[in-house]
Amino acid sequence: MLNLFVIPGHDRRLIPEGRLSGPMPWVIAIMIFLTVLAAAMGLAFAEAGRDVSNQLSSRATVQIIEADATIKAQQTNDVAARLRGMALVEEVRVLPAQEIEDLIAPWLGQTEGAQNGSTTDGMFEDIPLPALIDLKLVRPAGEKELKVLRAAIAPLSDKSRVEPSSGLIAPVIALVRSLQWIAFGLVALLAMATAAAVIIASRAALNTHNETIGVIHLLGGTDRQISRLFQRRIALDALLGGILGMICGTIIILLLGSQLADLGSGLTQSFGLSWYSWLIIVAIPILGMILAMVTARMTVMGALKKIL
Amino acid sequence: MNEIVQFENVGLRYGAGGETLSDLSFTLYPGSFYFLTGASGAGKTSLLKLLYLAQRPSRGLVRLFGEDAVTMSRERLPGFRRRIGVVFQDFRLVPHLSAFDNIALPLRVAGVKEKDLATPVAEMLDWVGLGDRADARPATLSGGEQQRVAIARAVIGRPEILVADEPTGNVDPEMAIRLLQLFEALNTLGTTIVVATHDIHLLSKVPGAQMMKLEKGTLSDPTGSLRNPPLPRDRAQ
Repeated sequence: MLNLFVIPGHDRRLIPEGRLSGPMPWVIAIMIFLTVLAAAMGLAFAEAGRDVSNQLSSRATVQIIEADATIKAQQTNDVAARLRGMALVEEVRVLPAQEIEDLIAPWLGQTEGAQNGSTTDGMFEDIPLPALIDLKLVRPAGEKELKVLRAAIAPLSDKSRVEPSSGLIAPVIALVRSLQWIAFGLVALLAMATAAAVIIASRAALNTHNETIGVIHLLGGTDRQISRLFQRRIALDALLGGILGMICGTIIILLLGSQLADLGSGLTQSFGLSWYSWLIIVAIPILGMILAMVTARMTVMGALKKIL
Repeated sequence: MNEIVQFENVGLRYGAGGETLSDLSFTLYPGSFYFLTGASGAGKTSLLKLLYLAQRPSRGLVRLFGEDAVTMSRERLPGFRRRIGVVFQDFRLVPHLSAFDNIALPLRVAGVKEKDLATPVAEMLDWVGLGDRADARPATLSGGEQQRVAIARAVIGRPEILVADEPTGNVDPEMAIRLLQLFEALNTLGTTIVVATHDIHLLSKVPGAQMMKLEKGTLSDPTGSLRNPPLPRDRAQ
């Protein structure tokens, strides 16, 4: 590929070049800008999904569903003690009642008295909330592990339930995965649109330089010699436009990233781009250039084949 | 004598129309000088196109340098074209290149290094009287000057065949004679020359040259050279 850029000056003059003077670099800049945004979105969703899955895959929650508060407390202590003794379990945490109430409060709303303070003003006293025990296992919480846990706590509490934490957030992860694939689909569509733009530009350039190409042909120029001239021209246009598009896209990503960081809560904390995602984003203009170059070559070679 | 060009029952038809060239059968020999004459529309340019491989015939056999040019693959054509010099009737100079770069084009296409082409191109510019116009673009040159650049471009690569379509059409008589002398010089070096022209008086300027006459797409052979190899030009003189 390197010899593409070391075409002698006199050969370059055969097809006049005007950097940034035609529409091609600007079209490529817009395409790469959108591709960078779509790719960043896809990569961020992929990383968020992976991050959340990793965090929750080895976690499970035990619910003790018992209306009688005294029995519930007793069973909770017994189950927690039993779980702490298991080799499968790395960490056991009984959620305090206040934390459970805080989790549910947004769905139930606050009483008038509670609006000025942090308490829920005793509104949960009449609601039989289950006790919750958060578990961290030594390995991902698969069906086999859950079966072992259920078998261990069943004799202590017949109204207990063991749920993998990943199951609770599965719909969210599924949504994140869908958004990830939509973003990657957009990248693919933009790549196709870029290739289409290159095909149109190559054909227009061929028409513009039809006379010169005819002369080079009749003087013994090969299709490869001629296509190299167009490849180089379009590759440089694509590289210039690509770098411009990537810079603009990167600025937008950084701005969005800082806004997400300011939100500072929930799933948004998992959004972010790792160094290898940034590497992919930085490579987009180069990939765009290669795509443009290959497309230009195929278009020009295809067109030249129709001439004797 | 080995033939350099051989046509057998060649016909050429553009699209669905009638044949522009019909039943052409002739042989050209290395080192010979041919004039191709005929009225406008007789098919001179079409015949030259077949010679410089810009067109394949609709029927018949064309052999160039001993090989079948009709079935030759596209990939092999450039190699053969480099052995043929062409002076186009409309010059076909590359408009954004200087006279120097236009003349150097065949050498660059053939991969000649930059350091090896400056001297021959400068010599050729001098020869056609354009030594002081090396940097001029075609648009700033007169018709005659453009024609001389086109001729210089055709001969710079020392082709085995030189095909020229009305090469003296736009130059004054003095320059026409100089150009013919250049063709003769090339011819004595072994290049086969085919010059299409309206001007039959040119024939007398090149002793030993043969004439091929096209009439309505068919060829007549006034000098008989197409049936029998011509004498070497030094003996003909």
